[in-house]
Amino acid sequence: MINEQNQLTGYIHSVETGGTVDGPGVRYVVFLSGCPLRCQYCHNPDMMKMKRGTQKTIDDVWGDIAPYASFMKRAKGGITISGGEPLAQPDFTHELLKRAKAHGMHTALDTSGFLGEKATDELLDNVDLVLLDIKSGIPETYMQATGVSLVPTLNFALRLERLNKPMWIRFVLVPGLTDDPDNIERLAEFIKPLKAIERVDILPFHKMGEYKWKDMGMDYKLKDTHEPTLEEIERARAIFAKHGIETR
Amino acid sequence: MSTQTQSSQSEKLWGNDNTVEKSWRNFKTGPWMNEINVRDFILRNFTLYEGDDSFLQGPTTNTTKLWEKVSGLMKEERKNKGVLAADTKVVASLVSHKAGYIDNSMEEIVGLQTDAPLKRAIMPAGGVRMVANGLEAYGWKLDEDVEEVYSNQRKTHNQGVFDAYNDDMRACRSSGIITGLPDAYGRGRIIGDYRRVALYGIDRLIEDKNAQMATYDDGDMTEEIIRAREEFSDQIRALQDLKTMASFYGFDISKPASSAKEAIQWTYFGYLGAVKEQNGAAMSLGRVSTFLDAYIERDLAEGKATESEIQSYIDHFVMKLRMVRFLRTPEYDELFSGDPVWVTECVGGVAEDGRPLVTKNSFRFMHTLSNLGPAPEPNITVLWSQRLPENFKKFCAKTSIDTSSIQYENDDLMRPYWGDDYGIACCVSAMRIGKQMQFFGARVNMAKCLLYAINGGRDEKKGNQVAPKQAPITTEYLSYDEVMDKLEPMMEWLAKTYVNALNIIHFMHDKYAYERLLFALHDRDIFRTMACGMAGLSVAADSLAAIKYGKVKVVRDETGLAVDYIQEGGETPTFGNNDERVDSIARWLMESFMNKIRSHHTYRNSTPTQSILTITSNVVYGKKTGATPCGRKAGEPFAPGANPMHGRDKKGAVASMMSVAKLPYKHSQDGISYTFSIIPKALGKTEEERVDHMVGLLDGYFGENQCTEGGHHINVNVFDRETLMDAMEHPEQYPQLTIRVSGYAVNFIKLTKEQQLDVINRTFHAQD
Repeated sequence: MINEQNQLTGYIHSVETGGTVDGPGVRYVVFLSGCPLRCQYCHNPDMMKMKRGTQKTIDDVWGDIAPYASFMKRAKGGITISGGEPLAQPDFTHELLKRAKAHGMHTALDTSGFLGEKATDELLDNVDLVLLDIKSGIPETYMQATGVSLVPTLNFALRLERLNKPMWIRFVLVPGLTDDPDNIERLAEFIKPLKAIERVDILPFHKMGEYKWKDMGMDYKLKDTHEPTLEEIERARAIFAKHGIETR
Repeated sequence: MSTQTQSSQSEKLWGNDNTVEKSWRNFKTGPWMNEINVRDFILRNFTLYEGDDSFLQGPTTNTTKLWEKVSGLMKEERKNKGVLAADTKVVASLVSHKAGYIDNSMEEIVGLQTDAPLKRAIMPAGGVRMVANGLEAYGWKLDEDVEEVYSNQRKTHNQGVFDAYNDDMRACRSSGIITGLPDAYGRGRIIGDYRRVALYGIDRLIEDKNAQMATYDDGDMTEEIIRAREEFSDQIRALQDLKTMASFYGFDISKPASSAKEAIQWTYFGYLGAVKEQNGAAMSLGRVSTFLDAYIERDLAEGKATESEIQSYIDHFVMKLRMVRFLRTPEYDELFSGDPVWVTECVGGVAEDGRPLVTKNSFRFMHTLSNLGPAPEPNITVLWSQRLPENFKKFCAKTSIDTSSIQYENDDLMRPYWGDDYGIACCVSAMRIGKQMQFFGARVNMAKCLLYAINGGRDEKKGNQVAPKQAPITTEYLSYDEVMDKLEPMMEWLAKTYVNALNIIHFMHDKYAYERLLFALHDRDIFRTMACGMAGLSVAADSLAAIKYGKVKVVRDETGLAVDYIQEGGETPTFGNNDERVDSIARWLMESFMNKIRSHHTYRNSTPTQSILTITSNVVYGKKTGATPCGRKAGEPFAPGANPMHGRDKKGAVASMMSVAKLPYKHSQDGISYTFSIIPKALGKTEEERVDHMVGLLDGYFGENQCTEGGHHINVNVFDRETLMDAMEHPEQYPQLTIRVSGYAVNFIKLTKEQQLDVINRTFHAQD
């Protein structure tokens, strides 16, 4: 988005300078606001609407990041653009990635892939790693969990494969919603042949975001859903393992 | 230098006795043989180890049994309000108590401060009231004769100080704008080079001291020379007494140690002598592990000991270090909670020639945290360098994650200042071992200084005039320029009063409680620093930023005293977010106060320094300080050390680290303490990731970059807040739960309830 002074701006929810769970090493994570998905288990529902974020210019946002470049390099990390859905603001995301890359930082894009078409090849040239959330293997389950179609995400994954772009696949295990063995099986079958995938993470559903739904006056559908037990997680792992996929 | 020349020279030094040569067999020769030079010995004889921790051995049966016994005694001690036993009659000295044991049949390394384990000694030369009150607090009474002698016949350090204090100093002390001054207890923070006892034996050290004293024989007997001669005589007597002390345990330490076990024992005797006589605020060990490694490697090569035996010697040595106790008063405990001794031992670091000083023995020292379980003492300090071997870095990170018992300091930052054979006294104070000491000066309260500036020198809690009267600020809203105009002279007054008080304290300490053994283990000429300090840095910086970038309304009582502040301008920048607007204010406070300190005369021509460190006194400081313009309520704790205020660092761990790392070491050469707490989950998903990320955070924090030369110090805590809350409820289940606070570690359950809550309320870095 361009502001009145003709500057590129983006809507920012927040930043986390000590990120250790969104890509390798220690990372500066920018959370952009705005996301087309409506995941029932979303732990950042306050990032769904773009305008709830703070509008900032690219120079301001980058100006805060640049001093961390050396730290992140020593910490074998880099920058992760997350959200929300960073591809909901593709120009801003692109420019941030470009600047980070030019500064010698390792770059990661954390996305659901639903807006994969918005990512130009040029944008992806500036990405070292895509953290791709594939929230289900069965289209109907995906629709139920997220409110949108699975197809764009799968297409995006295939495109990344063609570009040989390193990917970490992330799958959120939600009991009663995404843990159906068939659903996991289908996901495993899909990712099995993709050689650009370096790692697959199972992220156990947690309720730490529940209060945010309440704060926002939104209806949290997973009130009665439990966090997966170790056994349930192992069961999911076993399905991936059956297909020769190691999960973390 | 050839061995032949060497032996003829040794012959000259030692006559025909070849005990020394036998003790030094197979060591690489060098200048260390002809002069007291432990560093030279280490650099020629240590063996760099770049491997992993797989060689380490678990505890022997005896070690486990002995530790169980000690743990039992410590449990008794906790039950008995924290003190198991104390002497009431015998004034402590090197030779005041005969040998004491835990269980002589199992102890590989021997020696206790008194005749029984955990029994505290009395050292009234520092101040007899402290001793009497310390005893009374636990139900004992000081022997009447001792009280009489030290009250009326033999003056103490404490009496001397109060004889010379002026009104300003007394007022500052009671208002709490200066707190923790070592005017009633031992100053500590002096590290004897205990390694010299092992490497040279006492006879050689005495000979050396005699030679030093002889250099003060000519010319006019000025006060300086008279003092030097008296000090040397005291030092020599201390060395003789140390020999006697060792003989109680059946050892003759007049000649050098000839095996690893002896080297550990001799070194420990040196340290033991120090803690027998001096109740110093911090009694640090120095940097012994890599030194001892030379002896250990030699024994291993000669087939004289197994790895398991060696580990047991280290375990037993460390067990002894965990048992050092001092008798202190409840007021002291409030300031420095958890019965700390600061037996600080440095591991790691890099030599000036570029070789990391990491040895297998660096691993063994840290491994005691597994073999004996976590503990606050010894205060294991890793001297971090980007150039440390990766395996060692990982081992440190793993040990931190498992035990929260380690602190880290930046060797790459300190090496240019202090070389490659410095130790850390207390928490963060670097000093070249055996060559440098400091005059410990506790700290001033910078937040209170700011309030005095606003109130024209009146105390915001008591209303009395403490600083010289100046016009208070009377406007409804604070103006930054006006506050700064008033702050500068207030800081000047504070610096003057503070440095002068320290001059008095250390003059009297040298006079009445001279650390004769510690200085016997120093060179002839000692580099001295006057170690000032500051608390409340983040409170003061946030307050000034609130005034500068927001609108701060003053609430005054009926006498016109500003007692509270209301922020009307919305959010203002706070320290801990890598925000230059406020970080630059913090730096200005430090540099400016340091320069004001520098402008004053310091006792014995010491070089002034300062630290940003609070230990646990951040709670007491907070209690004694009224509301501050940053929104902190009256009585609320400060952040510890150089930490951002609780909950005000909102951009995650690294932003907080960066703000702290930007504080200039140049103006705070006594150290900048930062305490970092993170929940395990926020460090990564798997153990491997957590270790890698911890290494990354340390490399990042300590690394030089465009904004900083690198952070100076960091305490690392890795645990969940829930663990601490549970430990408050069920202390008996957490006898060894150790946490790092500003500059040291404590048993969590030994903290006062207030301090426990303070720790729990601090920022724990987490991520959703």
